[in-house]
Amino acid sequence: MVDIRADVAIPAAEVPDVELYHPKSWITKYIFCQDAKVIAIQYSMTAIGIGLVALVLSWLIRLQLAFPGTFSFITPDNYYQFITMHGMIMVIYLLTALFLGGFGNYLIPLMVGARDMVFPYVNMLSYWVYLLAVLVLVSSYFVPGGPTGAGWTLYPPQAILPGTPGRDWGIILMLISLILFIIGFTMGGLNYVVTVLQGRTRGMTMMRLPLTVWGIFSATVLALLAFPALFVACVMLLLDRVLGSSFFMPAIVQAGEHLKYEGGSPILFQHLFWFFGHPEVYIVALPAFGIVSDLISTHARKNIFGYRMMVWAIVAIAILSFVVWGHHMYISGMNPGFGFFFATSTLVIAVPTAIKVYNWVLTLWRGDIHLTVPMLFAIGFIVTFVNGGITGLFLGNVIVDVPLSTTMFVVAHFHMVMGIAPILVVFGGIYQWYPKITGRMLNETLGQIHFWITFLGAYAIYFPMHYLGFVGVPRRYYELGEAAFVPPSAAALNVFITIAALTVGAAQIIFFFNVIWSFYRGKIAGSNPWKATTLEWQTPETPPGHGNWGRDLPIVYRWAYDYSVPGADEDFLTQNQPPARKPLRQAGSV
Amino acid sequence: MALALATILVLIVLGSALFHVLSPWWLTPIASNWGYIDGTVVLTFWITGVCYIAIILFMAYCVFRFRHGPGRRAEYQPENTRLEWTLAIATTAAVVALLGPGLFVWYQFVSVPGEAVAVEVVGQQWQWSFRLPGKDGRLGLSAPGYISADNPLGLKPNDADGQDDVVIEGGELHLSVGKPVKVLLRSIDVIHDFYVPEFRAKMDLMPGLESYFWFTPNRTGKFEILCAAFCGVGHPQMRGTIVVETEGDYQEWLKKQHTFAELSTHARKVSLTRQ
Repeated sequence: MVDIRADVAIPAAEVPDVELYHPKSWITKYIFCQDAKVIAIQYSMTAIGIGLVALVLSWLIRLQLAFPGTFSFITPDNYYQFITMHGMIMVIYLLTALFLGGFGNYLIPLMVGARDMVFPYVNMLSYWVYLLAVLVLVSSYFVPGGPTGAGWTLYPPQAILPGTPGRDWGIILMLISLILFIIGFTMGGLNYVVTVLQGRTRGMTMMRLPLTVWGIFSATVLALLAFPALFVACVMLLLDRVLGSSFFMPAIVQAGEHLKYEGGSPILFQHLFWFFGHPEVYIVALPAFGIVSDLISTHARKNIFGYRMMVWAIVAIAILSFVVWGHHMYISGMNPGFGFFFATSTLVIAVPTAIKVYNWVLTLWRGDIHLTVPMLFAIGFIVTFVNGGITGLFLGNVIVDVPLSTTMFVVAHFHMVMGIAPILVVFGGIYQWYPKITGRMLNETLGQIHFWITFLGAYAIYFPMHYLGFVGVPRRYYELGEAAFVPPSAAALNVFITIAALTVGAAQIIFFFNVIWSFYRGKIAGSNPWKATTLEWQTPETPPGHGNWGRDLPIVYRWAYDYSVPGADEDFLTQNQPPARKPLRQAGSV
Repeated sequence: MALALATILVLIVLGSALFHVLSPWWLTPIASNWGYIDGTVVLTFWITGVCYIAIILFMAYCVFRFRHGPGRRAEYQPENTRLEWTLAIATTAAVVALLGPGLFVWYQFVSVPGEAVAVEVVGQQWQWSFRLPGKDGRLGLSAPGYISADNPLGLKPNDADGQDDVVIEGGELHLSVGKPVKVLLRSIDVIHDFYVPEFRAKMDLMPGLESYFWFTPNRTGKFEILCAAFCGVGHPQMRGTIVVETEGDYQEWLKKQHTFAELSTHARKVSLTRQ
């Protein structure tokens, strides 16, 4: 029996412990498995796999931009298919799937002290639906006309009309794939949200949750509310394409031919898409915010500064993210009066975001900083996220967006803030939790090399790119051709960026080698190699066994950040460690 | 290692600032009245640049000063409400400093001066056409349904206002320097965007509705129109030209253009002679 101290008030369990399912065969243990830890690995491997395809596509895009006309296999059609598939895969099938399906499934049950997610069978199904969505997307490479080349934003009317690659079959498969993805993610999302709300162990209040859980939890709430807008937009666009309806199609005369559509509104698609699309970027960012808070805290041996404000900032950002979508549409031709509203709401959302940045840096202040590989990636995140967030202020201020919209400035902005910064957190998170998942440490030296090349290289790719946007170089141009307003030196800058991109791409080999090599030869980690406070490090077995906790669930006595508590022997007190018999001076801990 | 990291962070900040100052890649010389946009860009650079440099330098300092060493122990300070509120208020002030001027200029952007002359831009895959209101100063009605080989811009045939509209195909539009122009934007097929970098102002052409923006070209010259909204595989080749010239030269050019009525008569004559 776990020794439950009589002098410490712990809430009674609200529901009796439910009998966990038990897998009986090899197939139900490793393939059709309901264990969230297995599902997490399945999501992660699939997401990273398809993400590598998107990475290769990015090299092809950069080769075309740096050396236009050199590669005969990169035709205009192909180029637009590359950018579309690269964008859609990275945003949806990699980042969203990895943060929510990968990190969410692995960490939520462990960090809240549960044995598994609350709906394990539905959770299992969610992965297979996701895999099906990925397969449908990939199948668009094998149909006549190939994948859609409409841009990841898939704007009608062009997305379903001739003149845009993939309008025959590719766009149909893309829309079906997205619809499947959303179905799968609703199934998973319900698990993550309800497990956080209902599956926490005794003593784990909402305000004792690690910020990783707050980040993934709020991102999932956003996903459940925002994805339906994309769902209906996809269904309506599919009907326009397949049945000839006119939800988004006005009267069109294309190449002299009067098409049968009329009365529809292309801008309606944009409203639906961005009503989803803006929360989507926070669905990617909020888990990153949460994870990076825990990385910094653990490796600076210091509580996250301002935990309560951090939670409120996450909630505020999540709510505000629903009222800023028009900043993607400032020059769409929508009523210009909306510009006043959306510029205001967009710049307002900068305030809670900035508060989070200050709190991360103030966690380092007066800390005891260990420059482990996860800490390096966390610091890299702060640099790139602040840079990317700041360029967002340029674009959010509606009048400044007018010349910069649809130029390389936007491409640089969203890659810095959504491509680089969260990916650095993904790496940091993998270096952090790999020891828990496998029982072995990743190699430190290889990790350092991987970090420096990736961080400095990625900064070199995207920082200068903003300036191409200031010149006025448009995005989604297969080739710029003759343009008097662009100095010839811009071509040299494009070559530089491409070389940096290829170098960073190649450096990822170091990471994959490390992951595979360390699985067999890495240093044995033990249960809590980072001496962290959160529950996932307190499992009786590493890697955690089925049911996570052995016979008894943990009891939680404190928040997630009791690092360097004055008077304590060690510089950390785990969440399930009861208070000392003699009261400690604990300023402000909840 | 801590010293190396702190040094690299400082170098990143210095390098970025230096890059900005030395970069040959900057806003192309402006040719319109929208210098306020450039001003707002510079203001944003100052405010956000100072914040970026301050945050990264502070982080570099922390990474070095508070590096782990024997006997080092972190402080235990869960929160500091006063500091957090101070920072929140300072950030809000910075946001207001950006938003205030920005919205002021946006208000000007959406408020078309009364004396602005209308110019219609018609976009299609993958070319630009234009229409001027002609002597009566009014553009006639149009709709995609009227588009035909003889009426490529789809003007309503029996609309009196439209008869004297000047129809310009071939992608080259002339403007009179110093005269404000209200650009009306219409697409007959997919989404396009009318973009001349030197004018700063740009706007999408959204099929099914008419959008607008206004500007005053304030120096003569020849400027390239680019399409700035993906519109199919011909998107990068959808180019046009704007020639800004003195009033005299502009009138010379205008005399050579054809009205809708002239083009319709010519088309009718051609089809009659063909019979």
